[in-house]
Amino acid sequence: MRAAENGRDPRLKAISDAIRVVPHFPKPGIMFHDITTLLLDHKAFKDTVDLFVERYRDMGISIVAGIEARGFIFGPSIALGIGAKFIPLRKPGKLPGRVISEPYELEYGTDQLEMHVGAVQPGERTIIIDDLVATGGTLSAAIRLLERFQAEVVECACVVGSPVVQGECELKEKPLFVLVEPHY
Amino acid sequence: MSAYKDKDPRIHGIKTKIRVVPNFPKPGIMFQDITTLLLDPQAFRDTIDLFVERYKGKNISVVAGIEARGFIFGPPIALAIGAKFVPLRKPKKLPGEVISEEYVLEYGRDCLQMHVGAVEPGDRALVVDDLIATGGTLCAAMNLLERVGAQVVECACVIELPDLKGRERLHGKPLYVLVESH
Repeated sequence: MRAAENGRDPRLKAISDAIRVVPHFPKPGIMFHDITTLLLDHKAFKDTVDLFVERYRDMGISIVAGIEARGFIFGPSIALGIGAKFIPLRKPGKLPGRVISEPYELEYGTDQLEMHVGAVQPGERTIIIDDLVATGGTLSAAIRLLERFQAEVVECACVVGSPVVQGECELKEKPLFVLVEPHY
Repeated sequence: MSAYKDKDPRIHGIKTKIRVVPNFPKPGIMFQDITTLLLDPQAFRDTIDLFVERYKGKNISVVAGIEARGFIFGPPIALAIGAKFVPLRKPKKLPGEVISEEYVLEYGRDCLQMHVGAVEPGDRALVVDDLIATGGTLCAAMNLLERVGAQVVECACVIELPDLKGRERLHGKPLYVLVESH
């Protein structure tokens, strides 16, 4: 679901316009959607957070899980706005203490995502935040991590994402909410 | 300067939520883990509020956060005080044109990068990270900002390890922390 479908919230245009596309990063052929320019526009950044907070604040969400590193830029503000805990999901070796790990596929090879043991209690209603969803590989790993501790993943939320991709997205039938579509 | 010394009543709640993990990332290091603070919405809220109360009305135009834990505290502060947020990142993470600042680690060197054009001459900047140890990373962050003509007003961290004297590496810039750990 796109926020745009809910009658085109007027805040979305400025958010979309504030995101810049950097061609051929990190490699040729990739049109990289850079949210750092959004962060330079205070109103648009605030509107981004507000749109997520408005959506989730009455849904009984007790956990916002953010994917390192750009999920850390949006997730904590959303968590603070809805009164939820924030849980960072990190690359291997970054989280101290006991962790669980979940592998996921990259274009070439695999990577891992980790979460602290004990951060999540069974039954907690959770949303997962990242700046952008492409194939959904990282989000799927995040869902698996949370479900291993019996959290209930209510939705995945990204600033940028394509509903067209959603069909090819491996999100285990979890709903995906995005604010804006990629610019091409 | 630290809120700890000011004895704000919220400080105790914040300090008790920070978990110390021994021998991480290597033997001998007592790692100050702020993730447990983030599991307490009130304590996390208080952490942000303490910084916001200090910096609101000081005309801060940019909050620069150091990857990755500075990304957790910096943006909520930036949003509350009306500043832009600029991520300072490890090499090759930021797309487009960047400037780089090398700094020395215990063994070897590392590098911090910032986007060209994100910060402008005359911007009044706050640098945010979860913790200051030796001050090497904060110093690199300050250098990046000053190289593009910004004025670093203060460095702000949740935790200071005063025994490592990082405060002395900040070119005389003030440092504000909420808690100290010895």
